[in-house]
Amino acid sequence: MEKSVVFNNKLLPYLLLVPQLIITVVFFYWPASQALLQSFKREDAFGLNTEFVGLENYQSLFADPSYYKSMLTTIVFSSLVAALSLSIALLFATQADKNLKAAGAYKTLMIWPYAVAPAVAGVLWIFMFHPSLGTLARPLRWMNFDWNPLLNGNHAMTLVVMAAVWKQISYNFLFFLAGLQSIPKSVLEAGAIDGAGPMRRFWTITFPLLSPTTFFLLVVNVVYVFFDTFGIIDAVTGGGPAGATTTMVYKVFADGRLGGDLGGSAAQSVVLMVIVIALTAIQFRYVERKVQY
Amino acid sequence: MAFRQFGAAMTVTVALALATPAHAVTEIQWWHAMSGGNNDIVNKLADDFNASQSDYKVVPTFKGSYPDTMNAGIAAFRAGTAPHIIQVFEVGTATMMSATGAIKPVYQLMKDAGEPFDPKAYLPAITGYYSTSKGDMLSFPFNSSSMVMWINKDELKKAGVAEIPKTWPEVFDAAKKLKAAGHATCGFSNAWATWAHIEQFSVWHNVPIGTKANGLDGFDTVLTFNSPLQVKHLQNLIDLQKDKTYDYAGRANASENRFASGECAIFLTSSGYYATAKSTAKFDFTSAPMPYYPDVKGAPQNSIIGGASLWVMGGKKPEEYKGVAKFFTFLSDTDRQAKLHQESGYLPITKAAYEKTVRDGFYEKNPTLQTPLKELTNKEPTENSRGLRFGNMVQMRDIWAEEMEAALAGKKTAQEALDAAVAKGNAMLRTFEKTAK
Repeated sequence: MEKSVVFNNKLLPYLLLVPQLIITVVFFYWPASQALLQSFKREDAFGLNTEFVGLENYQSLFADPSYYKSMLTTIVFSSLVAALSLSIALLFATQADKNLKAAGAYKTLMIWPYAVAPAVAGVLWIFMFHPSLGTLARPLRWMNFDWNPLLNGNHAMTLVVMAAVWKQISYNFLFFLAGLQSIPKSVLEAGAIDGAGPMRRFWTITFPLLSPTTFFLLVVNVVYVFFDTFGIIDAVTGGGPAGATTTMVYKVFADGRLGGDLGGSAAQSVVLMVIVIALTAIQFRYVERKVQY
Repeated sequence: MAFRQFGAAMTVTVALALATPAHAVTEIQWWHAMSGGNNDIVNKLADDFNASQSDYKVVPTFKGSYPDTMNAGIAAFRAGTAPHIIQVFEVGTATMMSATGAIKPVYQLMKDAGEPFDPKAYLPAITGYYSTSKGDMLSFPFNSSSMVMWINKDELKKAGVAEIPKTWPEVFDAAKKLKAAGHATCGFSNAWATWAHIEQFSVWHNVPIGTKANGLDGFDTVLTFNSPLQVKHLQNLIDLQKDKTYDYAGRANASENRFASGECAIFLTSSGYYATAKSTAKFDFTSAPMPYYPDVKGAPQNSIIGGASLWVMGGKKPEEYKGVAKFFTFLSDTDRQAKLHQESGYLPITKAAYEKTVRDGFYEKNPTLQTPLKELTNKEPTENSRGLRFGNMVQMRDIWAEEMEAALAGKKTAQEALDAAVAKGNAMLRTFEKTAK
């Protein structure tokens, strides 16, 4: 006999959905549609002269070589940050999952950086790596290494990647740890009895069983590097030197907020939105197939 | 019982509320970007003004950095909640000017309010920046500064540099000596990269940054700062950067502590650095005029100002404007201006305040504070040195700095970098021209 509960009230399900729908509309659809609308307009900062210009903002965007450069920078930056923050967090999580003495304290310390605001994280790293004042830049200098993120684009990129990774490791660590703890010990023990070493057990048992977590984190991390990192970039490098750390989202911020070019900035954010939607769709379509739930 | 007490309290409140209009105080909102010691000065000014009369109350609010404050003002205007007075840094001038309707020009404000106002009482080197080509003052100068060369006298002596360098070749020589004497990482440096090496540099040598008097005479201005002199200067910096005789220190002024820490003994930055230098530098320091190339005819010309001015927002009530006008008259008072100048290190805005400070013998004890004034008034300003006014200037400075960085990192030649900076800047100016009709 099948048991089923039926709500006879036709209105109630919709009513229960309303709060979620309101949040989605107010915080996503409304701003997104505003951005779309704005991207077809040219307007001064005060909103006094508004002119409908059709696709002109997009045309000048795609005619601008610096925009393609920022795309390339974004690819480098996001792959580095996603790869590093995921792999380092996984390493830490597997270590924390072992039977340790002060595991509680260790885990707490690992999670702390997540509570730090992006701009503050950026400032912390500046203090450590400021070419002339930084506590960690001095040893580099003693080793005769010419550490100069103000002029050397690779140094600046290293710095923002470190700050962004450091900030994200906590979050990934938390999810990996939860994922690891949900893997049944019996499976691992069975593997051990069959003679599989720790490395082999990790790659053939733990890693595949972690794949739902890894996939979720991959999506979240890509969204993080695409949208949430401009605070760090603004505080650490301001997009410099010579645009070496200007990612697409930083360019949206710089052109719109600092430059007052709202139409061009809106066009960029629409492009960015399309890219992220496409990326997420691809991830769900192709990567998810390999995920074992 | 409780209800009765509540009722009584209500009655008192209502009575008070009804009584207030009899002594109506008009509030004037003032948004500013002055932090630290300068924040105290702003609050003190407002308190003094509020104590001096009973009709108006100026309420200052700190809104963050210069760009933050400007953006907050713009956002508030779009939302219909703009303050009466907003402090905007000099590079935001073109944006504010073009916003007809969003702002109330100061000359108009003073006329409407019937306040005595003589634009000639103010230092032309300062007001020129904030006036139309007809001489109508649009915003009220508040804190002005200029770029000077800060000198660590102790270190120069140790390195065997007898005299403070006056020209760029002398600075390069001194920097090489400093480097040999142990300043391995920095012979000389500067904050505000483009302000130092493009804007002030061009003006100081009487070469144009752009056409139409550097944009003062129209938004259809075209950038021209890729001429041989500017290219030569950037090339010199590129060559010196290789062994850190010159060391680039970033776009804004976060690097100013490289002077106070003793690392860079020659450092170009704003004269507004005075208060910080005084409290942090533990050596004998002074300021000197910016260097120049002696082979350039007529150099040095005069410098231009930085800092910020007060803009009055449009669409407010006449009695509120009257209060703003009274506040500006209050700020222009000679004694107040002289005191403000001597305490903060920012420039006096009226001629009378400057003359009073000279008369009082203040500069004999504090020559550092007179350097920017000497620079500004060095010669009668020309079309190339009256000031500059470019739309999208905040963003444009970043674009120029990007090109300078590429050149200093050895990725571009000086000519390529400046050509690109000019080309990109011009494209931005054309966009601005279209929106600012």
